[in-house]
Formats: sequence, structure tokens, C-alpha cells
Amino acid sequence: MDLHDTPAEAAFRAELRAWLEENLPADRRGLRGGEQRFDGSFGREWSRKLYEAGYAGLTWPEEYGGAGAPYSHQAIFLEETARAQAPAHVGVIGLGMAGPTIMVHGTGAQKERYLDRILSADEIWCQGFSEPDAGSDLAAVRTRAERHGETYVVNGQKVWSSFAHIADWCILVTNSDPDGKRYRNLTYLLVDMHAPGVEVRPLRQITGEAEFNEIFFSDVEVPVENRLDEEGNGWAVAMTTLMHERGTLGFALTAQLEVGVDRLLEVAREHGDGNALDRDRVAREWVELQALRYTNYRALTTYERTGVPGPEGSVAKLRWSEQNQRLTKLGRELRGTEGLLDDGWWHYQQLRSRGNTIEAGTSEVLRNIIAERVLGLPKSR
Amino acid sequence: MDFSFTDEQQELKREARRWLTERYPLDRDFEAEDDRWGELAELGWLGVSVPEEEGGAGLGFVEEAILLEELGYALYPGPYLATVGYALPLLGPEERMQVAAGETRWSVEIHGLVPWLGSVDLVEADGGTAYPAAGEELPTVDPTRPLGRLERGGGTPLPGKRSLPRMRAADACEAVGIAQRALELGIAHVSSREQFGRPIGVYQAVSHALADTYADVELARSLAYWAAWCVATGDEQAAVAAAAAKSFAAEAAVAACERSIQVHGGTGFTWEHPLHRFYKRALWLQGMGASPARLRAQVADLVLGSPVSV
Repeated sequence: MDLHDTPAEAAFRAELRAWLEENLPADRRGLRGGEQRFDGSFGREWSRKLYEAGYAGLTWPEEYGGAGAPYSHQAIFLEETARAQAPAHVGVIGLGMAGPTIMVHGTGAQKERYLDRILSADEIWCQGFSEPDAGSDLAAVRTRAERHGETYVVNGQKVWSSFAHIADWCILVTNSDPDGKRYRNLTYLLVDMHAPGVEVRPLRQITGEAEFNEIFFSDVEVPVENRLDEEGNGWAVAMTTLMHERGTLGFALTAQLEVGVDRLLEVAREHGDGNALDRDRVAREWVELQALRYTNYRALTTYERTGVPGPEGSVAKLRWSEQNQRLTKLGRELRGTEGLLDDGWWHYQQLRSRGNTIEAGTSEVLRNIIAERVLGLPKSR
Repeated sequence: MDFSFTDEQQELKREARRWLTERYPLDRDFEAEDDRWGELAELGWLGVSVPEEEGGAGLGFVEEAILLEELGYALYPGPYLATVGYALPLLGPEERMQVAAGETRWSVEIHGLVPWLGSVDLVEADGGTAYPAAGEELPTVDPTRPLGRLERGGGTPLPGKRSLPRMRAADACEAVGIAQRALELGIAHVSSREQFGRPIGVYQAVSHALADTYADVELARSLAYWAAWCVATGDEQAAVAAAAAKSFAAEAAVAACERSIQVHGGTGFTWEHPLHRFYKRALWLQGMGASPARLRAQVADLVLGSPVSV
């Protein structure tokens, strides 16, 4: 047990700090997320810079163009970019979900075709999992993939898809056998978002902005070579994606929370009248942030040993989402009447946080996962 | 960074679990407890952090933290927490040697009360004075942990100082062990108890309570180990880490026991079931020293500045 950086980690951290200092323009720091992420061409340019400096796909194996670095370097990268309030790589879905899934289930040709362009942000990915009638119950997807020779013809609708309006590719879970057995009738496709018949409609959300989209597929032709793994094996592939979604998420979320808690401390110093109740609430958020941070560090060891994030990652997502809701509400509240104004940060964060307990696994589903897969309780269905 | 136990530390944890499970099974006679102090000395647990030339193992507080968590898990009755967790940093080489050899049990006065006054040999009070243990002992919420009012006589100065971070981190580690055990008892019960033809653990109102306990326990454990590492290495964050860990772990342990009692139904409310003993230990730990709210006030002072309290 040694919570100090190793010499290699310290060197990596120092190098990264210097690089951020030199390459991140002051007016691009402290963005609050949301639509600002898609602002003009900066997102792709910034991602390209990260790629050229070797910071994209840090933990990806070298054979796929990654740095082959230990997960601790990825953790340091997320900590330092959060502290510098730097924007994230726009290809988060590709880096964290599509890429790792292709590495596990893809053919040599598929790896060759897609992986490097994810790192360089030449191609942006989105996720086509949820549907109007299949949210938490992913196995119930109805988007149809019908085989015609060497092509699948895809028809259906997906929702809650971030980045879809700027994406080039989509990881799509389809139903390829409507009469087939549940969990055995799904097929996982890589779909060109520029193909005829793909239509993206932005969904305006509680913040007034449109970060998510609906995607409509009308007779979209997808070559069979774009199928990941076997026909009917889509459930297993989707589980790989979701495991990586939650596994790599912990550090990113905690790093984001650290920015929020730092800002909360600033607000408390500036606006607080010293009353004990407010100070208690602020202290609680600081304590819980440390708890999440060190829980991530503990999980890192398992992750480094096995290369696979455990279901324990569900704890990080569950508690992060609830904490982000509490602390952003507190950030608004501590500023009193002024807190009603759209200040460019808290106003947006507080409203946006309501999605945190719904997206990427609702809190109810996460508690089921913990109960069944971690605690080993009898299955509820 | 490496936030994991070494092979030796993991072996210590396994050994502690094995020994404690055998000596302190859940179906033991709780009214006739023995602290097995001599056996603890033989195991080397009393002198874990005592230098080797004084008869100890020359290890540190991380190893003691591992033992404290396991002692909590087993609901160990003796004054290990007071002797090793609270008093050790006050002692000189001679006294440490006696502790490692299992010859003396120690306690300290906290808010005018002394844990285990009737069963320890010596007590530290008044900012570094050792007194022979004497005075009236009063029962507390936890029958294995009485508190006493010290009758002072024949005081001698001690060379060391109290370490509040160490005391709080020790409490936190015990609390994590308690919480873990309450969670496991809950899991076992809801997996076997059937109603309406199914184990009650299938009902989400039941299973989600335990999922929340699991999340609490994991977070509490992370804070406790962080605090233990800070104490062991003299890290500058030791004070804030220990205040954070104790406040969180104590509340997590109490909540874990309360949820476990709830999912046990009527059984969890009976004297016969051991759960109430874990609950009482959790309440004792939460009440000992500064309360969670006071600890958070200190955290606020440390992270926000401009102290306004405590």
C-alpha cells in the first residue's frame, strides 16, 4: 500500500501537466459540458491533439495503436485533465465502449478498419442500445435486422443516443430473429451513420439543450462484414460494452466530481454565512468524494490484474450520480436568491444531474446488479 | 500508487479471520466472554507496531488496521482497541515491551470516561499522565464495553502523546468490520428465508436495502484504509482523513446493522440472535469521542478554512 505516485507515475503526471499548460487555451478551460462539447471544430481538433501527444487510448494495447500504459496512467490522465478543467476527447463512446468491444469480439479486418480512427477522432461513435420500449430491459429491443444475402436490412428506432448528431458510426443492438429465444435473438452491428435511411433527430432535454438524439433506421443496408461476432450472439457482445462502460467510468466520474466539489468549496467560502448545517452538508460531499476516489484506487488493483472491470464498478456509478445531484443542488442553494440565475455553471449542472441516475444504467438497475452479481442474492426474474 | 495489501498483509488478514472465527463463533456464550489476552500476545497482535528490539513485530498501523477490522467482524470483546488503538503512542519503550508481552492492558480517559476501566491495568489521563486503573465502572449500550470514572492516584508522566487521527482511524476500522458482518448476516437471512414461496431476497424493497449497505461498506472501507495509511506514514492529511473515515464508517456501521435488523424481520429484534450485539457495538463506536457531526465540522474547518466550531 503506497498512495504516492511511483517514479514512473510521477513523471507521467508532470509531463501531462506541462503538456496541458502549453496546449490548452485558457478560454477552453472550465467548460460546463452539454452542447459546448460539440462546439464547432474544436472538439475534434482537441481530440486530435490528445491523440498526437499519445494521450488517447492510454490503456489500449500497443498493437491497436494505444500506449499500452497501466490503468493507473489512465487514472492520472483523468485526474489531471479534470483539475485543468480540460475538455474530454469527443470520442468517448468509441474509446470507452466501441473500441474495447471491437478488441474483444472483432475480426482482424474489423480491428484494422476501426480502432486507429477511434483514437485519432477521425471517426466519432455513438451508441444505439435503448429504444422507446426497451430501456433497462435491453433484451427486448425491436430494431429489426433482416438478412438478405450479404446484407442486413435495418429498420427501427433508438433513443438517448449522445453524440449521434456528430457521429460517423453506431454500435447497434438489433433483433435478428423476432421469433427466437430471448437473449439469443440479438445481433450486434457496426452501422455507418452516413448511410441512406439513417436519420438523427435531436432530443431537447430538461436543460433546454440537445445532447441526446433519437435515431431512425429505414431500410438501412448494413454489410454482413459489419457484424460483430456471430448472428444471435449480440447479447454477449452488448454485455462486454456495458461492462466497459461502467468500468472505465469510475475515474472519469470521480474526476468530474472533484471539479464540482472544488467549486462547491469556493461557493461555500464566498456565500456561506458559517451556519453549521450548510458546513455539514459541504463536508459530507467532500468526505463522499474521497470515499469514491479511494474506492476507485482499490478497484484499480483488481482491474490491473484481470483487465476486466468487476461489477463493483456499479457502486461508483450509483453513488456518483446521487452525489452529483446533491452537490449541484447545494451549489445552487448556497448562493441564495442569486442561485436562481443562469450563472453558466451551477444552473446547467443541477438540471443536467437529474439524468445521472437514469443514464448508463438506472439506479434501480444498478442496485439489482449489486444485489444479484455482487451479493449473490436470488434473482428477481 | 498502489492501494492494495501486500501478500504478508493478506496472510495476516486470513490468519486473523481464521483464528477469530474459531475462538469467537457467533453461537458462543456472549455472557461469559474471555479476552484471551495471552493468546493475542503469542500471536504477536499486541506488538504489531512495537519495534522488534522491544519484543514487537516492527510493523505499522496498516497491519493494526487489518486486525482491528477483523476484531470488529468477530465482535471481539477485549480492550485491544484501547490498548493498541488508543494508548500505544503515549508509551515509552518499557511500557511498550509490557504491552507486546501481554503483561498490561491500557486505556485512556475520553470526555471524562474510561473504556474498560474495570479490566485494564493502567489509564492515561490529564494530557499524558498514567494512573493505575481504579474507580467505578458503568454499563454502556455495549455490554462488552463498559465505561468508568477514573479515581486518580499515583500518577506518573508518560513520554508520548495521544494521536487523535490514530484513535479515529482505529474506530473506523472496527466499524467497517461490524458493518461487513451485519451485511453478511443480512445476505444469508434473505437468501434462505422464504415467504410467498420465494426467498425474500428476490424482493427489491429487501435487496436494494442490502445493495445500499454494500455501497456504504465499500466506501467506508476505502476511507478507513486511506486514514490508516495516512496514520502509518505520518501523511499530512492524517487528521482530515481520520475525521472523514470515522464519521462515515461509524454512521455506515449503524445503518448497516439497522437495515440488517429490518430485513431479518422479528428474528433480528430478538435477544437470541447476535445481530443486536453488532448493532450495540456500532452505536458504541459512533458515540465514542467526537460525534460524526462534530467530526464533519472539523472536516469543514480543514477544507473550508475559517473555523467556526469545535
